[in-house]
Amino acid sequence: MVGDSLFNVILSGTGETLLMVLLSTALGYFIGLPMGILLTVSDSSGIAPNAFLYKILDGVVNITRSIPFLILLILIQPITKLIVGKSYGTVSTVVPLTVAAAPLIARMVESSLKEVDKGVIEAAISMGAGKLLIVNKVLIPEAKISLLIGVTISLGTILGYSAMAGVVGGGGLGDIAIRYGYYRYETKVMLITVFVLVLLMQVLQYIGNYLSKRYDRRKA
Amino acid sequence: MSFIEVEHVSKEYISEGKSFPALKDISISIEKGEIFGVIGLSGAGKSTFVRCLNYLEKPTSGVVRIDGTDLSELKEAQLREKRQKIGMIFQHFNLLMQRNVLDNVAFSLEVSGMKKKEARKKALELLKKVGLEDKKKAYPAQLSGGQKQRVAIARALATEPEIILCDEATSALDPETTRRILEILKDINKEYGITIVVITHAMSVVEEICDRVAVLDSGELKEMGYVSRVFKNPHSKAAKRLIYDSERSVG
Repeated sequence: MVGDSLFNVILSGTGETLLMVLLSTALGYFIGLPMGILLTVSDSSGIAPNAFLYKILDGVVNITRSIPFLILLILIQPITKLIVGKSYGTVSTVVPLTVAAAPLIARMVESSLKEVDKGVIEAAISMGAGKLLIVNKVLIPEAKISLLIGVTISLGTILGYSAMAGVVGGGGLGDIAIRYGYYRYETKVMLITVFVLVLLMQVLQYIGNYLSKRYDRRKA
Repeated sequence: MSFIEVEHVSKEYISEGKSFPALKDISISIEKGEIFGVIGLSGAGKSTFVRCLNYLEKPTSGVVRIDGTDLSELKEAQLREKRQKIGMIFQHFNLLMQRNVLDNVAFSLEVSGMKKKEARKKALELLKKVGLEDKKKAYPAQLSGGQKQRVAIARALATEPEIILCDEATSALDPETTRRILEILKDINKEYGITIVVITHAMSVVEEICDRVAVLDSGELKEMGYVSRVFKNPHSKAAKRLIYDSERSVG
């Protein structure tokens, strides 16, 4: 395979990868952001300590995080099939990617929110702020830079995971690298896909760094 | 009946199964419009004491009454409402680092339920009051310590409080800036009749603005009285030590 067809394969693979990564990270935040907030507020040092809730969430996050992605991918294939209708292909890969992304994101959000100065939270409480208001107007806005860096790291990690999905026919650049590069010994194709993956990672990192510098107000 | 009444308040912290007393049977009455000082060395319990006045810390036993209301009888929502009438400023200012000066002042108004646009309008008036109108678009990181504390004062004033609690509010500031902050506090006490409770380890601060002072040591109230009397004729060892130390550090 040369010229146009190779270009098209890489192009559609890139599109599939981006779709998988963006969609599963978005879904990951949909689940992981509230989890991270709950982990932060329910912790013993949080604004609504609740040992029971914290232990449960903490346990769920730890268990899902300790399963290697490749194993998780295969482990939840029945669930994937139930949700999407088939266990292979780009859309199907979004399911295990989301399952892997959510706890990672929950942890990242938790660690970002816990960086917020306790004094500022105390000041808000002294003004009569309720818990929801503290989350919405203090914790999240004050942690926004750290949260943004978390988004960059999550996208990068999910990008890496998405390439692994190629092993089970998951679609995207990883799939191409394995099918053409590994099974068919087309080293050139493999190198190109790796190059595109590196490029994607660089672009993500650049955008993340730019935005966090641009919007950080903590510098004089 | 006094405006702020603290009756037999004790506070214990439990840590690793052991209890540590932070306040032991403290009774203090503070009158409306007064500037009241609480002085002590670090670890004396003064930060815990001031936090009992707005229930950031709940006393283990005893009663705190603000304008006749026993804080322990308030429900969560009522306590939040009460807190809006008790401003607080801190040693490290505790401003929102990602909000500009104007929005920091507007924050306390937003907490009280005011719409953002209206809150900003009122916040601007308060910034004028503390002389920081020209800094409204700046972020806290761009301000000096004294300017940050003025923003914090404007923020505390915005909700028209009856009481302002100052927790070591000038301890991170140089003497000249301290004097200016104390001037502002004195002014707002006179102009609005706001009752001010000042927590400090510095005698000079008490001397500068307080009417009466309480001396705390190891969680106990050692002495209380008019500042001039306590300075001239301290009865307790703790008061003598504080006065002696401050004179030595000045001389």
